[in-house]
Amino acid sequence: MSGAASGSGSGWGSTRGRASFFGEPTTALDDRLAIAPDGHVTAYCGKVELGTGVRTALAQIVAEELDVPLDRVHMVLGDTGRTPNDGYTAGSMTIRRGGAALREAAAEARSALLDLAATHLVAPREALMVHDGTVSVRDDPACAVTYAELIGGRRFERTITGKAPTKSAADYHIVGIPAPRVDLEAKFTGQPAYVHDLRLPGMLHARVIRPPSPSATLEALDDSALRDATASGDVRVVRRGDFLAVVAEREFAAIRAAERLRPTWRATAQFPPFADLHDALRQSPTADQVVAEHGDVTAALQHAARRLEATYFQPFQAHASAGPSCAVADFRDGALTVWCSSQGVFALRDAIAELVELPPERVRLIHMEGAGAYGHNGADDVAADAAVLACELGRPIRVQWSRADEFAGEPKGPAMVMEAIGGLDANDTILAWEYQAWSPAHGNRPRAALDLLAGQLTRREVPTPRAFFGGGDRNAPTDYIVPNTRVTMHWLPREPLRTSSLRSLGGAANTFANESFMDELAAAAKTDPLEFRLRHLTDPRAHDVLRAAARRGDWGAPLPAGEGRGLAFARYENSEAYVAAVAHVRVNVSTGAIHLLQVTVAHDCGLIIDPDGVRNQIEGNVIQAASRALKEEVRFDATGVTSLDWQTYPILTFSEVPEVVIELIDRPDEPSVGAGEPATVTTAPAIANAIYAATGARLRQIPFTPERVLAALRPTGPR
Amino acid sequence: MERELTLVVNGERRTVRVAPDTPLLYVLRDDLGLNGPRFGCGLEQCGACMVLRGAEAVTSCRLPVSEVGTAAITTVEGLASDGELHPVQRAFLELQAAQCGYCSSGMLISAAALLWRKPHPTDDEIRAALDGNLCRCGSHTRIVRAVQRAAQLMWEVEA
Repeated sequence: MSGAASGSGSGWGSTRGRASFFGEPTTALDDRLAIAPDGHVTAYCGKVELGTGVRTALAQIVAEELDVPLDRVHMVLGDTGRTPNDGYTAGSMTIRRGGAALREAAAEARSALLDLAATHLVAPREALMVHDGTVSVRDDPACAVTYAELIGGRRFERTITGKAPTKSAADYHIVGIPAPRVDLEAKFTGQPAYVHDLRLPGMLHARVIRPPSPSATLEALDDSALRDATASGDVRVVRRGDFLAVVAEREFAAIRAAERLRPTWRATAQFPPFADLHDALRQSPTADQVVAEHGDVTAALQHAARRLEATYFQPFQAHASAGPSCAVADFRDGALTVWCSSQGVFALRDAIAELVELPPERVRLIHMEGAGAYGHNGADDVAADAAVLACELGRPIRVQWSRADEFAGEPKGPAMVMEAIGGLDANDTILAWEYQAWSPAHGNRPRAALDLLAGQLTRREVPTPRAFFGGGDRNAPTDYIVPNTRVTMHWLPREPLRTSSLRSLGGAANTFANESFMDELAAAAKTDPLEFRLRHLTDPRAHDVLRAAARRGDWGAPLPAGEGRGLAFARYENSEAYVAAVAHVRVNVSTGAIHLLQVTVAHDCGLIIDPDGVRNQIEGNVIQAASRALKEEVRFDATGVTSLDWQTYPILTFSEVPEVVIELIDRPDEPSVGAGEPATVTTAPAIANAIYAATGARLRQIPFTPERVLAALRPTGPR
Repeated sequence: MERELTLVVNGERRTVRVAPDTPLLYVLRDDLGLNGPRFGCGLEQCGACMVLRGAEAVTSCRLPVSEVGTAAITTVEGLASDGELHPVQRAFLELQAAQCGYCSSGMLISAAALLWRKPHPTDDEIRAALDGNLCRCGSHTRIVRAVQRAAQLMWEVEA
């Protein structure tokens, strides 16, 4: 099928980034849909399942538009040999873009089938109806033919015109109704479900031994402790440049060999002292970009009745997937196949082809699920590790990263500094808002061999900085009506740690700053934070989520001393889902400990495809974002990451998670937008604002550790 | 040196030839072909590799296989009986209590062990019992509800 898309491998032009993000979707119906002789429908999409249930949601869309039962639809996702290139599975766009492409294809197929049925049944199209994959004459139901009879096993040979009529939302009977996820029973009963579970005949297990930092070089290698194992052939040591791995028949033998190998790395100090991180970011050379501007912010700030300034800090954070990355690769007959959990199998296929010096059409990447990734974690790098070793050894290779490999090697969510200056007029209305953020790149997904750790290590080269900085400015502008605004991004071409996409990109840090600052302005204006926000918003959908969150979150109801509620609002990416959150905290002012009791979210993502799926996403966003806000910070020393396990990078545990209360606002006449990220961005500021409401302590640095709470309490004391 | 060892896994005696210090996790996955116990950290910090030893939930990622003896080891593959899923499995399915599901088998094992010792746990007792099981997707609140539902289902079975 769209293995044809591999033609994209020939050039490295400027359209490449766009192509890898959005893909090169097909217009051939047969690339999207096939109906088997038994009536089963196979639908193809280059998006992948990341543990959010999209396999089920996409199947719902196909079943709905085609009028077949949901259990008759099988989705094939993310396979460079079989599916169209639909770009990365990222940015909460799977339902919006992947779903839209499938809806058009299914509508086109339904239309084609109606044409065929009209001929077959000798009846006009208008007289036909479809139910469960059977077309019949409305006035003569016995006069009927099934999809399978019409086209089963044959090709449509038709173009997706985008003009075939799609159903109106009012007629939906599959979309919008909770559907049990198709993947969960296998996961709950121990059937193979993840790339980690793939076992090929003759497969060997490998572990890669990494330098403390990507620029370190391998000076010497002491393998004396492995001599018996290498002599007997139980273990092989593979070295290419600074890429070092051990390979064994037995997995535990590989683990033990990796521990016993004694490499000497020459590492130069390249990281600033951890405590000076944010100063280092502010002092780095930057490329500056004004991303939003209207009015005259400089003049307005001079004329403001009152002026407020605050600086906020976001640390490096980890994806910290529950299962470290894993991949399996097999090189035979001059062709390489890699099974991995990459979020962008097409772009990674090209990067790996360059790395192992094969033409892209000789490399096939097949997505299999990994543990939840939430962005660009180690999945691409481990695939490259496996590819290099499979080509080197000519045997199927499974590479499983250790927990420390994952924490050290995965690209981090970038640290950022955010600075806001606001001016209020005499009526306590916001007159001016100047916002600046310092940010490393949020988008470093691999497109070339040197973007991969294995590429850097085998070639002993570090990549030149990217010109693509996108994503760090996500939600840097707010949706508040402010007559004089300027939003400036200061992009850092080099960052202390390797960074890339983490759920919501800059959206989390920017919304933390903006919504904390909004609260600080409301306090300065001595106005209720809900009232203050509503006064600066005109969009009725924004008002609706704020009022719904306030109502469900008991906004304004009295609380005991030491407890408080905080509010936050955002329209994700200023163009997607509307979300408002109320956090309820209890703060122990003598220890600084924060107990997050409840987070209430009101959420409007347009037409809802699967309400339970959306709820599950919101719960996950809130709990993960609360974990990031309260606990998470990647620590490092001069040469490497020191947060290498769950003790040095703790996350929220069962005893610490809040209740999550959700109010969904369904908008059947508005397009569906993503639900995979929006509720992440409002969580941290809602918590910070709740801490302020409870104690008067203003937390401007994530994570909100007890030490920082105590430090913030000291100057003001409890209210 | 490899040694022949006999284990009792999911109700069957299984003989394997492995180095005796191999952690049980790798024997279950690589020698016996089971998928339920998962590698999460190898440090006994996250619970993804949990199995039942007798009726107790234990991590398997550092437990030398030679120390297991003939204790009955149960993985999620062995929770079902007579073709019927265990109440914790049914409840997790009913409440769709997962996102990526990578940590689920450890959660199911922990929950099964909890309900064995405490058939009617409070929410706080469930949270305490699951504190050794990390979930990164944030499915916690659903999982707690699913364990409560499993307790109900077990009661229905007994009644």
